[in-house]
Amino acid sequence: MSAILNDETKKVLTTPLVNDNPITLQVLGICSALAVTSQMSTSLIMALALTLVTAFSSAAISAIRNHIPSSIRIIVQMTIIASLVIVVDQLLKAFAYDVSKQLSVFVGLIITNCIVMGRAEGYAMKNPPLESFMDGIGNGLGYSLILIIVAFFRETLGSGKLLGIEVFKLTKDGGWYDPNGLMLLPPSAFFIIGLIIWGVRQWKPAQAEKVEFKIMAISHGEGGHH
Amino acid sequence: MPNKCKHMEKLNATLEQYEQYRKFIIYKDKVLALGNDSLEKTIAIAVSLCLVCAVLVSFAAVALKPLQVGNKAADMKKNILEVAGLLEDGADINAAFSDKIESKIVDLETGDYVDSVNAEEYDQRKAAKDPAQSILIPKDKDIAHIRVKAKYAKVFLVKEAGQVKSIILPINGYGLWSTLYGFLSLEADGQTVQSINFYDQQETPGLGGEVVNPVWRALWKGKKVYAESDQPSLDKGLIGEADIGEPALSLIKGTVDTTKPGSQYQVDGLAGATLTSTGVTNLVRYWTSNEGFAPYLKKVRTVKGVKS
Repeated sequence: MSAILNDETKKVLTTPLVNDNPITLQVLGICSALAVTSQMSTSLIMALALTLVTAFSSAAISAIRNHIPSSIRIIVQMTIIASLVIVVDQLLKAFAYDVSKQLSVFVGLIITNCIVMGRAEGYAMKNPPLESFMDGIGNGLGYSLILIIVAFFRETLGSGKLLGIEVFKLTKDGGWYDPNGLMLLPPSAFFIIGLIIWGVRQWKPAQAEKVEFKIMAISHGEGGHH
Repeated sequence: MPNKCKHMEKLNATLEQYEQYRKFIIYKDKVLALGNDSLEKTIAIAVSLCLVCAVLVSFAAVALKPLQVGNKAADMKKNILEVAGLLEDGADINAAFSDKIESKIVDLETGDYVDSVNAEEYDQRKAAKDPAQSILIPKDKDIAHIRVKAKYAKVFLVKEAGQVKSIILPINGYGLWSTLYGFLSLEADGQTVQSINFYDQQETPGLGGEVVNPVWRALWKGKKVYAESDQPSLDKGLIGEADIGEPALSLIKGTVDTTKPGSQYQVDGLAGATLTSTGVTNLVRYWTSNEGFAPYLKKVRTVKGVKS
């Protein structure tokens, strides 16, 4: 491995998975994580689409990074990202029509996904194309990991299925499992992502933010009259 | 020596091209050497980036068009089978469609079948855009906000043992963000709703987009499209011309109270999507009115029958 991947590449590929996860640590890209995770199939396609867009846009932006005028920097990044998203959307409509119908506007909304812009601005503008590409893949995988975990719980608990295949037999079909309707609604993703963030920060306390205010006992004489 | 001349011409053209290419390279090097924030470089970068991106996007759009058109056509057939309750998992859609569904062209004004048009090839959505095949809808009658309609509509009949079992009507109308395209499937009486679905819409996902939700769509089953008079003069299930009611079906706010009279004309509105619900009411009312399929359904429902 080390012969092919240097330390920097390895770092940008693995740190976004847990240590610097775009969703759980940076809390970016939440919108689509709530919207598309009611089924595993849509989540997988969305994760793939976002990973490809992040990787290729980072590589393209990095390739011309030394010639991007700073006054139109953001627009240049947006143009590249938007073009790639349109291409991905066209590909989905051609090869995965049903999924593209279910994802509806959310493929288009990858353009405004903070992860893509964040990697372009935060990494690709300062680093060479290959590393930027790998950084995009790494962050896409970090996003995918959370999406897959959320979709796993939402689809199994919400409809008793996984990738459309029955896991729990539902009561309406004569089984034992009564599906939790809340899991099919976007707010349930909030709870699951919240629990994941809590779990990760318990595991790695360094990720927890510093407390901004401390609640302290009032010292004698300052607490008003009795 | 015409042959030699030709060669010379070719050579000159190539030389000229090369010269232009060289100029371009020189210009490119000059621009790239400029400071990043100079006006010329900013414009040059913006223009060339737009060109590259435009080529990429148009190439993808043009190259993938045939596949996308095929997908759309298959999806429409799937929706017609689905609204007729004939969709089976894993079945070949094209075979099932040609097996069970008969396409017919209806003249919206007279309500009669038109046999001079090839029903298989007729595309109603395309025809609606062609001034020669469409009619401008008067503003006061355009409750569905679609501006134009095709003169001929393509309906689909499901037959069982020679008898019509259901009639599938194409419907469209404006919701909140988009024109919704779908099908309304009626039983052979031309009055009772079998199902409704929308195959093309861009309403807000989770709110107006719930028009595709199977749970909500199931509420339509058994609803009546036209207001019925108190004592319909039943004649073999068909009614007299005087008893044909006005379009009455609508979406209401909240949940329908099935114990109240008139609940057979009401469907639950979509929560959080008042404008889409109003749009759906309007488009169903429009297409079941005299502007839409009322002349056709009148002939289906009365003893007269539909002429072809």
